[in-house]
Amino acid sequence: MTDTAALTPRDVLPASSPLVGEDAPNFGKSAGEGAVQYETTLEHNQHPPLPQPLPREGGGVSCAAHDLIVIGAGPAGLAAAVTGSRHGLRVLLLDEQPAIGGQIYRNITGSDKRRARILGNDYTQGAELARLLAASTVEHWPDSAVWQVGADKSVQVLRNGISQTLRAEAIIVATGAIERPFPIPGWTLPGVMTAGAGQVLLKSAALIPHEPVVLAGCGPLLYLLAAQYLRAGVKPRAILDTSPRVDPRLALRHAGDMLLSWHDVAKGVGLLREIHASGVPFYRDVRELRLEGDKRLERVSFASERQTHVLDCGLALLHQGVVPNTQISWSLRAEHRWNDDQLCWQPVRDEWGQLSVPGIYVAGDGAAIGGARVAGLQGELAALGVAQALERRSPANTVSRADVLRARLRRHLAIRPFLDRQYRPRDEYRIPADEVIVCRCEEVTAGAIRALVALGCVGPNQAKSFSRCGMGPCQGLQCGLTVTELIAQAAGLTPQEVGYYRIRPPLKPLTLGQLAGKTIHEHEVMRLNAQDSETFFTALDQPARFNKKLTTALKEHEQRVISE
Amino acid sequence: MPTENLFAPLPPEGEPPRMVTIEFNGAPLALLADAPLAAGLLVAGVRRFRASPVGGGARAPYCMSGVCFECLLEIDGVPSQQACQVQAREGMKVRAICGKPT
Ligand SMILES: Cc1cc2nc3c(=O)[nH]c(=O)nc-3n(C[C@H](O)[C@H](O)[C@H](O)COP(=O)(O)OP(=O)(O)OC[C@H]3O[C@@H](n4cnc5c(N)ncnc54)[C@H](O)[C@@H]3O)c2cc1C
Ligand code: FES
Repeated sequence: MTDTAALTPRDVLPASSPLVGEDAPNFGKSAGEGAVQYETTLEHNQHPPLPQPLPREGGGVSCAAHDLIVIGAGPAGLAAAVTGSRHGLRVLLLDEQPAIGGQIYRNITGSDKRRARILGNDYTQGAELARLLAASTVEHWPDSAVWQVGADKSVQVLRNGISQTLRAEAIIVATGAIERPFPIPGWTLPGVMTAGAGQVLLKSAALIPHEPVVLAGCGPLLYLLAAQYLRAGVKPRAILDTSPRVDPRLALRHAGDMLLSWHDVAKGVGLLREIHASGVPFYRDVRELRLEGDKRLERVSFASERQTHVLDCGLALLHQGVVPNTQISWSLRAEHRWNDDQLCWQPVRDEWGQLSVPGIYVAGDGAAIGGARVAGLQGELAALGVAQALERRSPANTVSRADVLRARLRRHLAIRPFLDRQYRPRDEYRIPADEVIVCRCEEVTAGAIRALVALGCVGPNQAKSFSRCGMGPCQGLQCGLTVTELIAQAAGLTPQEVGYYRIRPPLKPLTLGQLAGKTIHEHEVMRLNAQDSETFFTALDQPARFNKKLTTALKEHEQRVISE
Repeated sequence: MPTENLFAPLPPEGEPPRMVTIEFNGAPLALLADAPLAAGLLVAGVRRFRASPVGGGARAPYCMSGVCFECLLEIDGVPSQQACQVQAREGMKVRAICGKPT
């Protein structure tokens, strides 16, 4: 390869160039241009080799300056990082948020008294974790988005607009949960958001709805938000509860578990009491929920207890539970199992939380939904596992502490089967009717996926190649579960048999400029004429997409930079 | 009567919230400081963050937590940035990703 052939402007131009991989994520670019790459579909169900990170010697820290990298500073990651440092590990804690806390304790260090009162006791408990972190030797990098984790325990992180490569002896992934998709008619309209979004706005910016708001769905978080809004003086227009009627015998059967988890049960009952006492209209057993409006949400319609209703509102917040965010573990090609009770994927882990990829652990809601306490216990357990594997702790000591942690985990998890049954989201809101958009990015409908199944396409990756479903900027994070369940139902298979999208880095939007840092500008541009260099700089600001040619070009470029 | 902004700050108890001035689609816009850019824009009444690349329909933040990518904006010349994951800063130049790509 000649010098200029290594990375020319043509090579870094997006979409229309042959560089674009057939299932490269489409970061905010057109669907039209890239939509030509449909040929290479059939190898999709075979597992390709593990993703190899780009060696980026020039870009950042490349030698292992840390023993342990923890990704995510929620309760799981905070507990893992603090425990690791207590056992003498040099720990780096990365999170894309500007401050620690994760979902539950978001902005805990920046909140004021009033917000703390609105958000409640559970929230303020996060302050203790913040204190422990501050007192530890953990190095914390905020605003640091991880876009790739390699099986060789390398981490690619985007920080201050530049991507760097980090390495460690072990990695604990504590990236938490995401809200389950809620694909129903009209869910893409402006004015439709998630309850989680409502909570983020309250926690991070002290914002409350300014429009009449309807809360719809099921699960503890929906009731929590309703209670928080009431405490903030906002009376929702209505709460539409989509959970099916619970058989009272079910509650009786789980009475023992409930006693074990009395704290969680009491909390749930308390929230509902708070909501009912407020007099906010509460509709039960809500079906046929639709969001309607022209350019934005104007009303919701639904059926409840054999009556249909229409309510005017400008804002609807949806929620039907949370599911593990498994993008990193999938991208590592780790083994995953479908959980039929929680209706989601879970990475397979050993008794410490280690994946089928050695040295990489997952703790917290990113592994299986258990809530904040469970997340903290699992974080501690994973860090103990790492300390033991790196021989920083005597095994006897570790085993006794681990037993204590595991006993506590069992107690906290006892209530799960009951919650999973009680808040099981209805089929109609997970596996929607034909006209409903499933993939928000590429606007692919449930009907389009069913039509593909009828043509013999029974894998999410094939569906992706034929329809572009999951090929948008979110990389299927938003539609993945829906597509798996849709295909499974239409093809008469189990979700386990259907599988999931093949997830490839970058997991976050990334431009070539951020990837290459300064080195490419300085060295490569000198070899270009004026017109080309302008194209080149423009190209550097385009979203990066990986394929073999680009990866090779970047590697060769770096080799040259190093040898020059 | 619905107004343009979907969200508003809690009425201030003490000092009014700190603001920054950014440039949005070429015009100055005062936004909440110390908050995600997407949050500030929602308060400022911005409803349409981008057009869907397929049907061209208006899209606005959905998840506020980095999942849906509905909040993508061009920030300081860099395209496709998640506005819910970036704090608003004085002087930021922000553009909506406009229209359907041709
Ligand atoms: C929107 C939402 C709101 C919630 N609110 C509550 C609540 O109020 N109360 C409650 O009890 N439970 C809440 N939960 C449930 C929550 O999952 C658990 O309570 C608990 O926060 C889980 O802890 P965790 O440490 O596993 O993950 P989280 O607390 O979710 O922490 C994960 C962290 O990883 C970071 N992260 C993720 N991906 C990357 C990446 N690629 N690079 C860098 N950093 C990354 C995130 O920024 C986040 O800070 C909420 C869940 C969601 C999805
Ligand atoms: S609003 Fe969903 S990613 Fe920003």
